Amino acid sequence: MSEADVTDVQDVKRVGTNPGDPLPQLPGHVSHGRFEQVLRAGFFAVTTEIAPPDSADPDEVLTRASLFDGYVDAINATDGSGAHCHMSSLAVCAILTRVGYSPILQMSCRDRNRIAIQGDALGAAALGVCNALCLSGDGVQAGDHPEAKPVFDLDSVSLTRTLKILREESRFLSGRKLDYAPKLFIGSTINPFVPPVDRRIDQLAKKIDAGAEYIQSQYCFDMDVLRDFMARAVDMGLPEKAFILPGVGVLPSARTAKWMRENVPGVHIPDPIIKRLEGADKPLKEGRNICIELMQQIKELPGTSGVHVMAYRQEKWVGDVVKRSGVLDGRTPWSPDTADTTIGTVN
Amino acid sequence: MYKVRLWSVRRARFMEALYNASNPVILATLRGITKVFGTKLDRPITAAERGLKGFLFDCQMCGSCQLSKTGMSCPMNCPKTLRNGPCGGVRPDGNCEVKPDMKCVWVLAWDGSERMKNGDVIKDVEFSGDHRDKGKSTWLKLAREKRPEVSVKPMQNTNV
Repeated sequence: MSEADVTDVQDVKRVGTNPGDPLPQLPGHVSHGRFEQVLRAGFFAVTTEIAPPDSADPDEVLTRASLFDGYVDAINATDGSGAHCHMSSLAVCAILTRVGYSPILQMSCRDRNRIAIQGDALGAAALGVCNALCLSGDGVQAGDHPEAKPVFDLDSVSLTRTLKILREESRFLSGRKLDYAPKLFIGSTINPFVPPVDRRIDQLAKKIDAGAEYIQSQYCFDMDVLRDFMARAVDMGLPEKAFILPGVGVLPSARTAKWMRENVPGVHIPDPIIKRLEGADKPLKEGRNICIELMQQIKELPGTSGVHVMAYRQEKWVGDVVKRSGVLDGRTPWSPDTADTTIGTVN
Repeated sequence: MYKVRLWSVRRARFMEALYNASNPVILATLRGITKVFGTKLDRPITAAERGLKGFLFDCQMCGSCQLSKTGMSCPMNCPKTLRNGPCGGVRPDGNCEVKPDMKCVWVLAWDGSERMKNGDVIKDVEFSGDHRDKGKSTWLKLAREKRPEVSVKPMQNTNV
């Protein structure tokens, strides 16, 4: 092999022969990931959530992800959301990175202690995952295994700090050194819509202080509360320290909205939204229109860097609301050209 | 007792003053006692701490007490044992997601800290507790520490 060939091979390796190979890490960036690159470049980012399947078939993950192709910059893989058991978020992320998607690994403190969580952070980074999102996690009483033992060894703030220590100090919490640190872009969550509403801003500041570099919020259906929250965030200079992506949702009907308000922890849906759905001829369409309006208003809100679209069981409409909202300004996020959805088989 | 716990948080300012006044005395006494008796009186001292703090705050004896930093609302009464503020599941009436009849301990903590002189310490990042300390006395731990203000935390040496 000549010298030129060797260089060629290295070049190919650098840009990646496989879609899942890491991108070059840009100066000032903490990860190799595309999501961080989009945010730091100043684009208004769109993220969404994939519902991990109740299945061991990897194709189901890829089929679900392909619904978002060309409309989102990153895909959150939920970690036993609502305390229900599904395919693990780490596995979903690993399947997604194989074809080049930019997944966000949701890490909840409910099911794993600090030993397991740190191991997962290393494993995720080794599998090409570049983003992690630290959550406390819904209580086990909310799910289908209420008899399970809740772990909560760490809380979301301690977890955020843990990931930062792993990455920046290249060590475990115990002090033991790592050979190679997990280059994870660290995120956390905020819910400005539930009590103590006037203190949630301090909770945001605390999470950023602990190491959060981006923040995704719980469903926003109340722009007044979000407007006030973001104004205070801007006053405190928080958007300069972390990218803030408020969450929006697609509501299919007034009935579902009421059910969510009653049964899903932390979901705040004001009456005018429910009345609007009740009065609509086509509630499904009205639900999407509400989502689109919220996305547009969020984009205009000072301090926001993107929007997080949660459309549980409405995933097929994510592309529609993103497109019609125009929040991407004509930009088309990366998607696999020919996503090979047959990379795995279930025997 | 839940009612006493609520009462204590409402009087967080008074509790803070009481803590500031009594803590050095308690620690100095315990330093003397542990010097003379070693570990012989650990059990009654732990029982006394459990009795007093249990009555006033529903103290769960986590062994690394944060009451003075959390508005006199014990974070270990949170079903998720969160030590850095409320989760996102607090109910519209300010009650707990897991125990609907109980006020969220972090809603109470913020309420208490606003009454306190030095309540702003609630904004500092705390690291999750050391599970080996569960059931042990924080008083004795502090009395035996050479420098009581320095806490042993995994993030101690970080500037992150």
